[in-house]
Amino acid sequence: MILGFNLLHCIFKIARGALIPALAMLAVTAPQARAQATGDLGLVVERATGSLLVVDQSERAALGRIEGLGDLSHASLVYSPDERFAYVFGRDGGLTKVDILAREIVGRVMQAGNSIGGAISDDGRYVAVSNYEPGGVRVFDADTLDMVADIPTGSKTIGLVDIPGTRFVFSLWDTGETWIADLSGQTPEITRIPGIGTNPYDALVTADGRTYIAGLFGDDHLTALDLWQDTPTPRAILPGYAAGREGLPVYKMPHLEGWALAGQEFVLPAVGQHEVLWVDARSLDETGRTPTHGQPVFAMARPDGRHVWVNFAHPLNDTIQVIDTLTKQVIRQFSPGPGVLHMEFTPRGHEVWVSVRDAGKVIIYDTETFEPLAEIAADSPSGIFFTARAHRMGL
Amino acid sequence: MNRLAAIALLAALVTPAAAEPDTKALERLVRQDCGSCHGLTLKGGLGPDIRPQALNHHDRDSLTTLILDGVPGTAMPPWRPLLSDEEAIWIADYLLNGAEE
Repeated sequence: MILGFNLLHCIFKIARGALIPALAMLAVTAPQARAQATGDLGLVVERATGSLLVVDQSERAALGRIEGLGDLSHASLVYSPDERFAYVFGRDGGLTKVDILAREIVGRVMQAGNSIGGAISDDGRYVAVSNYEPGGVRVFDADTLDMVADIPTGSKTIGLVDIPGTRFVFSLWDTGETWIADLSGQTPEITRIPGIGTNPYDALVTADGRTYIAGLFGDDHLTALDLWQDTPTPRAILPGYAAGREGLPVYKMPHLEGWALAGQEFVLPAVGQHEVLWVDARSLDETGRTPTHGQPVFAMARPDGRHVWVNFAHPLNDTIQVIDTLTKQVIRQFSPGPGVLHMEFTPRGHEVWVSVRDAGKVIIYDTETFEPLAEIAADSPSGIFFTARAHRMGL
Repeated sequence: MNRLAAIALLAALVTPAAAEPDTKALERLVRQDCGSCHGLTLKGGLGPDIRPQALNHHDRDSLTTLILDGVPGTAMPPWRPLLSDEEAIWIADYLLNGAEE
């Protein structure tokens, strides 16, 4: 309505001079459909119903829903470089390509029996999926979803990320190796790095693609690789961080992602200890520990790194703690509701969206005042993914 | 302290007045929390498939014990801090008899 009025007003203003040319021009250039930019959109995984909620960050609202994606428990997704398409990795092995503007599925393949996540190559050409069963990585053409490479590993495969040079990095739960797959040529070239440690459960790569850190379930440390080296060598970080202490039960494995960098330190969830661990990003030496409310699942630095938001494993998963990066002290603790599964910051960090599974909603908080700003109804929401991830390595 | 409080809270949630197990809460626990590792449909993830055909080497007692004590040396934690014997038995039966997909 307003647009129509403005247009008319504009035309009348122009019309004083040349009404007919102005109208003719309008007829030629008027777009067929209303344009919708995608830069502040996002998707929320509704895990129980196999659907995605299309959300608008600046409107703090849901725009619509895309259904029919299968088993989305533990689902994640990546975006095409133009932020129009998302590739959704379902637990059931489904790889689904959705168009977030048309809000529809545009491609879907059942590529394995059981999968855990994926990545998109730096050039946007390939989508790789990490599989538990059969164990390995499969790589697909991002346009057609045709399989272009099958990389069996003989192990459950985790911690799959993209790095520059059309390469993917991933780790093997059963054999403790990290593999680098180079897809820049005709056939994938694989570099195997043994000795990562026992049962790597997840891994991260920094936003510059240099440091890859694998979390270990079976060893009392994490392992880092410097991917800028010709032959990356595993280096144990935080060795013996739980030594001499009783290992507490882990009712949910932590997650590692590239948001672990807070200022000049990595902040990492411990396994079997209720604390987050701080490591100098260059020397990889420990710089501190912060006791937490429970087994941390996500320890996410706000995009500016000033604060770190932490959520927790069952049965303490109703709570969030916020840690000050300078003092490493918890400065805020609150309970958004039952089943806090995931948090996603707006790209510059002024707000955070929190999925509260068992309350059936996403709550949006101001990250300075910690005040709730809005709520969006969602069916068992888990992962929240803003399109800004399209331009971040490792996400 | 927090942990104890939460355990007490969960116990209150799952066992109303220590009577019959709250089957709805337990079913939810199996799907959502066992499902963290075993998948929402229980067909496996980082943890193994726990659908009936995959558990046919177990009986109620052995599976109940496994749930309560975990499997040392693996990622399966002991659930005894969070579940009563009755609740673990209910979950064992639920898994052995086939939960609805």
